[in-house]
Amino acid sequence: MWKQFFISRKFIIFTGIFIGISAAVLQKLGNPANMGICVACMERDIAGALGLHRAAVVQYIRPEIIGFVFGSLIAALVFKEFKARSGSAPLIRFVLGFLAMIGALVFLGCPWRTLLRLAGGDGNALFGLAGLITGIWVGILFIKSGYNLGRNQRTYPLVGWIMPLIMMGLFLLLLFRPQLPSGAVFFSSQGPGSQNAPIFIALLVAMVIGFLAQRTRFCTVAAVRDVILIKDTYLFTGVISLLLAALVSNLILKQFHSGFQGQPIAHINQLWNFGGMVLAGLAFTLAGGCPGRQLFLSGEGDADAAVFVLGMIVGAGFAHNFAMASSAQGPGLWGPASVIIGLIICLIIGFSMSDLMKKKKEA
Amino acid sequence: MSEKIDVRGLSCPLPVVTVRNKLLEIKKGILEVLIDTGTAKDNITRMAVNADWKVEVKEEGEEYLLIISK
Repeated sequence: MWKQFFISRKFIIFTGIFIGISAAVLQKLGNPANMGICVACMERDIAGALGLHRAAVVQYIRPEIIGFVFGSLIAALVFKEFKARSGSAPLIRFVLGFLAMIGALVFLGCPWRTLLRLAGGDGNALFGLAGLITGIWVGILFIKSGYNLGRNQRTYPLVGWIMPLIMMGLFLLLLFRPQLPSGAVFFSSQGPGSQNAPIFIALLVAMVIGFLAQRTRFCTVAAVRDVILIKDTYLFTGVISLLLAALVSNLILKQFHSGFQGQPIAHINQLWNFGGMVLAGLAFTLAGGCPGRQLFLSGEGDADAAVFVLGMIVGAGFAHNFAMASSAQGPGLWGPASVIIGLIICLIIGFSMSDLMKKKKEA
Repeated sequence: MSEKIDVRGLSCPLPVVTVRNKLLEIKKGILEVLIDTGTAKDNITRMAVNADWKVEVKEEGEEYLLIISK
């Protein structure tokens, strides 16, 4: 009976509302503005803390990412859904994760933060949202053309435990903050990286979200994809609930500031707000889910999703080291070029792993 | 006569898309679907029920057999 309840419409709405309220409250408790939860930004901060990039203002081990994986792991163990699996084109997934992060950092947010930026009154996020939907739509064209990364295989339980163990390692680094001669572990003393909610509150809230999302299969990309592809509004209701709950919470907490100019951790170059999210939306769709979903899957033993997450973290390092990430002033020097190259790579992946290439060969 | 398809190991959304295409093709009858994740089981069940198919779920070890009929 419980299993049925978890996949009911009411429960996905509850999950969306819980995430929306949590994001606004985590912001109130110290997280950066319109970034109560942002999977891409928070993984980028982790990359910075580990020294994979040296952007001094975005370095922190975000407990929210750790909590997402732990919460999903607990739900998967309780409901006997933890299954170690791997082998569905992991290297392609790494590349897709890498590119998704580049696109997200050109816009300055993942699909979760797109919603939260909208809920905070940031009009620039409308262009990101339009880009996201466009990217998902292109991905759907590939899926309709037989795009398939191949089947995964059941494997040794340890393979499924690797991501939770990595998260445990990160959590220990966050708690004990060792200082090595290289300067690692890096923690920002100013900027967004220095703004954070209390560790254990953030961890606990994220674990609840991870638990709920594992049960409801919450995914911000599939929410749009399923409406277009299979006319299913189940996940979409969850995403709308998130948006509305965050909006109302922001209004109550006086965190709503509408406009385009001067929005927190955002820029007003709408072409690349749009373009960045086309790339991210396409890469997420080709990989089967949004960055949050990839964390939840990696918590339930999906090592391919874990490889995607690692691709995102490495991508964040490159995005900052190679001037691809945007700042409040606009896109980085190589941001636009990296989006175009990323889109070309995604299109090559989409064409070469669908029936389109087979048909061409047969012709 | 029933048909059987195996969507084990496929990533989202391929299990639900594959089954949906098959249901649109056969229009009536019985389709057996072999599945290995709870997500695919939930997605396929919801899609089939919304399209007025009856779904019976059988747990077979760590996998599921869905019997979809109309």
